[in-house]
Amino acid sequence: MAQKKKGKSKSVIPGFRLTLGITVLMVSLLILIPLVSVLAYSFKLSPSEFFELITKKNVVSAFRTSILCSFIAALVNSVFGLILAWVLVKYEFPGKKILDGLIELPFALPTAVAGITLTKMYSDTGFPGKFFSAAGIDIAYTKIGIVIALVFIGIPFTVRAVQPVLEKLDPQYEEAALILGASRQRTFFKVIFPELFPSLLTGFGLALARGIGEYGSVIYISGNSAKNNTQVVSYVIMQKLERMDYASATAIALVLLIISFVLLFVINIIQIRRSKRVSVR
Amino acid sequence: MESVIEKNKFSASEKNYSEDSLKKDERGRKITKYVLITISVLFILLMLVLPLVSVIVNSLKEGLAFYFKALSTQYVLSALGVTLLATVIAVLVNTFFGVVASYLLTKFNFKGKNVLSTLIDIPFSISPVIAGLSFIMTFGRSGWAKPIVDSINSALGTDIQIVFAIPGVILATIFVTFPFVSREIVPVLNTVGTDEEEAAALMGAGGFKIFRKITFPHIKWALVYGIILCTARALGEFGAVHALSKTRGGTFTLPLEIDALYMQGSADSITSAFAASSLLVLIAIAVLILRNIFEARAKNKS
Repeated sequence: MAQKKKGKSKSVIPGFRLTLGITVLMVSLLILIPLVSVLAYSFKLSPSEFFELITKKNVVSAFRTSILCSFIAALVNSVFGLILAWVLVKYEFPGKKILDGLIELPFALPTAVAGITLTKMYSDTGFPGKFFSAAGIDIAYTKIGIVIALVFIGIPFTVRAVQPVLEKLDPQYEEAALILGASRQRTFFKVIFPELFPSLLTGFGLALARGIGEYGSVIYISGNSAKNNTQVVSYVIMQKLERMDYASATAIALVLLIISFVLLFVINIIQIRRSKRVSVR
Repeated sequence: MESVIEKNKFSASEKNYSEDSLKKDERGRKITKYVLITISVLFILLMLVLPLVSVIVNSLKEGLAFYFKALSTQYVLSALGVTLLATVIAVLVNTFFGVVASYLLTKFNFKGKNVLSTLIDIPFSISPVIAGLSFIMTFGRSGWAKPIVDSINSALGTDIQIVFAIPGVILATIFVTFPFVSREIVPVLNTVGTDEEEAAALMGAGGFKIFRKITFPHIKWALVYGIILCTARALGEFGAVHALSKTRGGTFTLPLEIDALYMQGSADSITSAFAASSLLVLIAIAVLILRNIFEARAKNKS
């Protein structure tokens, strides 16, 4: 490994080939090859077959439900994520540490557990579900229920995207705006918010991507009714798998993969542009 | 700086602020502060804490005797065993991978580094159901690797099945938790830089010695934290395993057993589902507490 000094990486630190070899091997075996199998199988379908499979009524409706509900949930999470990040960075109050620690709960709690407990809470016998159903609003087994599950799952993404940026935000800009006579609201919307916007968009995108593919937390509260259009995309994939309809399952999965990758790509561009802006300063 | 601000505030107040409006501004800020804190606390209580409380309350509905009976059925015990096995293997594999990959990604510059780091993060962003599907399409009846596994089996006289068997459950668990350890270590190593390792290499230290003496002490706490997150996610994985595991009492993990109990739909079985869930809730709370301890330590270290 000593001859590495003359190697391509120009680094004097040993271990490049060994770590590269292990990393590439493991990524290929465990991530890349299984995913490529899905691609390979879906490429066996002719374009017209593929198109027919993904434009079936229940498939289109599942995509519509997943995208719509994830979009609304990501919007809700952007608003609350911004408020929570603001409160956690700018204010001091007793119990702040606990509040901060609880944000990560949806990452730590298994999705199936979240799913059944949210369903129980928002059914017409649970708390707070019974108050809503008394007011004539059904939450469990409707799209509202799906949105609530996705808000639960997505909140850490928006908070944790905004929080570090807000922490690093130079207070000088804020002070300057205030000194120049801008009101607090004006300072927030003209000075602070534009700085936070890219990170808020990143959090929104991450929550959206997670929501569109979400399975465990959603499938109980959604009720999975074809009639009420409460089937989500991952539920339909699982249903096709159980019926051994691999052609449909892979075709739908491919569309879902493409959506995720496009979202990830956009998020990466936002982050790269942001880091460039920061480094220019 | 402070005094400049004070001066400016003063001159501003001479112009168009009276003492009153300054006080009003101060009061407005306080009101905003308390309103925002109240919204935050209510949101966390209603959206995050209440579901936890609801699991515990529902699990104890039929009393403690029922609770413990529900936890000691053969199905639950078997599911617990499978879950622990898959978690231990996934954590070992991903810890090894995470350390190696983050060393590679932070100590060296090479072509395709960004692509590699994006590939590692894939499991974060795709649906767990697709993870399950991809192993079925690889090793299942119509998968291209099925003949390879079959020929290995006939050559060795073994009967290894992957899909709908324990190895499939383990593979799916590894897949969904793949980036957890490396994601925690990479930022720490990025802030540390490569100077120390370079110095040690120039003085003639070998790769493993450099890692053990220099790199490892920096990443110790981040590694522990990554392992904790990886464990939590592995214990609770549902979607990917759901696609690959069909035998209750055989290949079911704890989340699958919870699903089976819940779907039976009787009041008793739903209470049992919540009893099994309460185990995972306790683990989730422990993870959050450990997270706070180790994240603080990792921050102090770097």
